[in-house]
Amino acid sequence: MANTTSDSHDHGSHDHHIIPLKTYLSVFAALIFLTVITVLAAKVDFGAFNAVVAFGIASVKAGLVLSIFMHLKYDNMLNRVIIGTSVFFLLVLWFFCILDIVTRIGQESTL
Amino acid sequence: MSTAKPGSHHHAHHYDNAEHEYQSSKEGVWLFLCTEILMFGGMFVAYAIFHHLYPELFKVGSKFTDVRYGATNTVVLLFSSLTMALGIYYCQMKEQKKAVIALAATIVCGFIFMGIKYLEYTHKIHLGLLPGDWYAGNAELIAAEVGNLKIPDNIGLYFSFYFLMTGIHGIHVLIGMGLIGWVLVRTMKGEFGPGYYTPVEGVGLFWHLVDLVWIYLFPLLYLVS
Repeated sequence: MANTTSDSHDHGSHDHHIIPLKTYLSVFAALIFLTVITVLAAKVDFGAFNAVVAFGIASVKAGLVLSIFMHLKYDNMLNRVIIGTSVFFLLVLWFFCILDIVTRIGQESTL
Repeated sequence: MSTAKPGSHHHAHHYDNAEHEYQSSKEGVWLFLCTEILMFGGMFVAYAIFHHLYPELFKVGSKFTDVRYGATNTVVLLFSSLTMALGIYYCQMKEQKKAVIALAATIVCGFIFMGIKYLEYTHKIHLGLLPGDWYAGNAELIAAEVGNLKIPDNIGLYFSFYFLMTGIHGIHVLIGMGLIGWVLVRTMKGEFGPGYYTPVEGVGLFWHLVDLVWIYLFPLLYLVS
């Protein structure tokens, strides 16, 4: 963390990293390709893994948008920590909700 | 701030230099996006809970979403994310005209997205597929749409999630379009260039988040039943 805060100070005249046009276009192509895959995969029945497949692909797409379109790949660590923190606490919320629901004996149970 | 010409932006006095100002502004936007993720995330967790409790209800409900509309809107939003990123890229490259075109294209995509959303909403309202207690499904119209399907009593719950999640997302699209309009006007005035484009970058981050949320909403509402 100490490293990241000093980052914004040290590079007073630092040039911003400019991502090449080609990279943006290939990321867009990849996103469209993954969207097609998502739609096709939805037609196949993976049983219990239907949601895992769909949201797995969605997460790959999200990763591409975050790292390239939103420049996180070339950004300072602090911004990555900020966004990582929100995702972490979302998973904490998710985890405890699931824990509650799967440990109930029945709908009316308050165990 | 308002007098800035490319390269001649003067940073506010409480910053060490222009870079410090740029990084702080961006950090502020990321912190705001953090709250956005937690807000949308709460709705996703609620969806997961009720989906787990009443799987049949969600299975029937999801039969009323049209994958063609959803997929088209996904492509439209992904393309708008590309043009938004290009808007920033052309500001960095000092190509003002191309930046203006890219930003304008992003707004056009917003209109297309909301247009398709309008078609979806009016169709659902026509069938009486309203949220919660307001549900007033017209049996004949529904039968014509999905055939003989037993509609659960509490199907309104599904449409509460549908309208709430896509509605709040849609409001974000509208706000994003307004913000892009604002930076578009400022770009036309020649206020942004390689030396200063912070507002374009900030608005861009917001727009990409709107795209990110849709990337998850699409499989959630249109594909997984």
